[in-house]
This record gives sequence, structure tokens and C-alpha cells, in this order.
Amino acid sequence: MEDAATSSRASWFQATARQRVEGLLDPNSFTEFLTPSERVRSPHLQLFDLPSAFDDGVVIGRGALDGKPVLVAAQEGQFMGGTFAEVSGAKMVGLLRAARDHKDLPQTVLLLMDSGGVRLQEANAGELAVAELMRAIAQARSAGVTVIALVGGRAGAFGGAGLTTATCSRVIVSEQGRIAVSGPEVIETNKGVEEFDAEDKALVWSTDGGKNRRLIGGADTFAEDSMAGFRAAAKALMAKVPAFDLKTMQAEQERLATRQKRFGACDDAVSMWRILGIKEPEAIRDMDSKEFAALANSIKEANHDAR
Amino acid sequence: MQTLKFRHTAKRRLSGKKQNAIIGVVASGNLEVLLERVLPDAACEVNIVTPLSGYDETWKAVFAEFVEQSSPGGLLISINDGGARPDTVYLRLMQGSALMEAE
Repeated sequence: MEDAATSSRASWFQATARQRVEGLLDPNSFTEFLTPSERVRSPHLQLFDLPSAFDDGVVIGRGALDGKPVLVAAQEGQFMGGTFAEVSGAKMVGLLRAARDHKDLPQTVLLLMDSGGVRLQEANAGELAVAELMRAIAQARSAGVTVIALVGGRAGAFGGAGLTTATCSRVIVSEQGRIAVSGPEVIETNKGVEEFDAEDKALVWSTDGGKNRRLIGGADTFAEDSMAGFRAAAKALMAKVPAFDLKTMQAEQERLATRQKRFGACDDAVSMWRILGIKEPEAIRDMDSKEFAALANSIKEANHDAR
Repeated sequence: MQTLKFRHTAKRRLSGKKQNAIIGVVASGNLEVLLERVLPDAACEVNIVTPLSGYDETWKAVFAEFVEQSSPGGLLISINDGGARPDTVYLRLMQGSALMEAE
């Protein structure tokens, strides 16, 4: 059955976690672990008189992408902001640990990030889950597993999701994808409106959005906002990832230190793009995906094997 | 949270072989509907968990209309509601039964 919501042209941003999994993987290749029928739900939400979800907002399982076996975890950004909590976090941690320990499982893990960070009603469990997940990703990478983050959902990848994304072997982002640790409102509340005006959507999207993340090296591939766009990007990145060793870590440390030195004084994204040598940085916001992806591929700082 | 349960005997068993389907998301104005083919014959049951109280009659009417229109015999239907309007509830129920009939 051809479903408009999972067809190759369907928007990744608009889709649910389940639609993304279906649109990303080969048809009928997905097998879910801990299905909704098993009702592995949050044990905490009912105490707050809040509705729970049968999958606690995370879908995990195995499937194939272009014939290659993969493990997948997809966060549902529409349920409680895709937040990390006791169950939703444990499902992702478990998947990464399984990939680390069992060589007969697919050795590529795709993380479909769509999360505002930790679920405040289960904050301690959520914070622990983020720490455990980052550790599990590092251990899995160390054991030879490829972990790729795909960011393009409504909730973006903030807080623990931003940290998790940065821990992966490779990162795919679309224009609508946002990656950061503190969200715009958090920065404004703590540092004042002069520091960051959360109401200024052009400022927020140009700073946290996919184009800036790609240009300053926070993401490795820019995907068009569609199932086909993310599928093509994942397929290309799965083929080769940098080794996870001391050399890579040192290169990453150096890359970040250099970035801090070069862009530390900038107060918006356009001035960073100017430093990168882009001739008309103001034109980037209106550039279409194809043109922008080609430009980003030509920028030295945006293409590296550190991570 | 309020929980509601309605039981019906449908006109016939729902066609198709699919054992489970899930549709929708627990979000504001939306709901999650899990359908499982686990009941005998033409029996049909729905269990609803909703944060809004006082809409028992509306839920009852929407579900009765759904049973009348799609005859979901054999289905156990479980709903986590995020405050969906009746038209959204009806739409998700119809989408869910269509998924169960698809295979």
C-alpha cells in the first residue's frame, strides 16, 4: 500500500517517528523490538496525571537500508517533545549496548533524533539515560559499530539529544533540523535577551539550524527534507566512517579549539559564514538544498574526519 | 486520568489477517490508537485513557458510530488520548481499522 506520508517525497519534518522508519528503510524490512502491544510504558507519567504512550515515544528495531542490515531508534518529537526518560532512554541505550556486544546484530545504528532533551517529569532518569546513551555510543563506536544521527524533526536535537548527536560517528541534518544544547528560550532566560533573542526566529534558525551546523562542521551531510533525502544521505555515510581512536579524538579536540578561536567573537551565523570565505553569506538562507549541499561540500571546515 | 471501557458486538468479524496496528501520536489534539485482533468472534472492546473528564457520552457515541460503520469484530482497541476532538478520534479509528484490513 503506497502511503503519502511515507512516500519518498514525503516531508521528514512533518512525519511521525513510525512514518520516518518506514520511509527510510527498505519496504517491509523493519522488525520492531518491544512493540506497542508489549506496553512498555513510562511508570511515572500517570503520577502527574499525564497520558502515556505504548512505546514511550521511541521506536526501536532492525531493518535494511539499500539491502544493508541496520539497527534503528526513532524518537517521536510530538510525544512529550521526544524527551529522554526512564523507558524511552533505556530503549536507546539497550539498542546501542546490543550492537556493541553482539556481532551477529547489524553493526550500523541509525538514530533518528527528534527531542527537546530530558523529560522534566522524569528528570533524574532522563539525565542518567543521556549519560548512559553517550557512553554506550562511545563504547559501540570503539567496538567498530557505526552510529549515525539523523536530525530533521520538529523538536530538533536539543539538550541531551544535542549531546548525543555530537557523540555519533556521523551526523545528517536538514534545513529544518536544529542541533544545540541549550534551547533559545533557555539561553534568553539565563543570559538575557541581549545575548540571544528567542523571539527572533531568523536569528534562532540561522544559528541552530541545519545550514549553519553543516557549514561549521557540526554535521557531515546536508539532506533535503524528505524520506528520499535522508535515505540517500544515510546510504552514502554508512559506506565509510572515520576510525574511533585516539587520533580521531585529538583531531576533534583540535577542530573544536580552532573553531572556538575563529568564530568565538561572532554574534550571528552570517558573520561566521563570512569568515569561512563565503562570498555572499546573506544569500545562504534562501539557497535550495542542492545548491547549498554543493557549497557546503566545497568548504574546508565543513568536511573533516574528526568526531 | 479518566478511563473508559465500552463493549460491543459487531455485525461481523473484521476482514484481513493483520494482528496489530498502531496509528496516531499522543500529542495535543491527537491520540494514539492500538488495535489488536485478540477477541473471539464479533466481540469488540475499547479502553480509553484520557486526561479530560466529562466527555463519556461523546466517546460512547463516536465509538458506536465506528462499530456501526466498520464492524470491527475481534478487535481490542486501546486509546491513549491527548485531548483529541471527536472528528479526529473517528478518523484515527477508521485509519486503524483500514490498516488491520490491509493485509
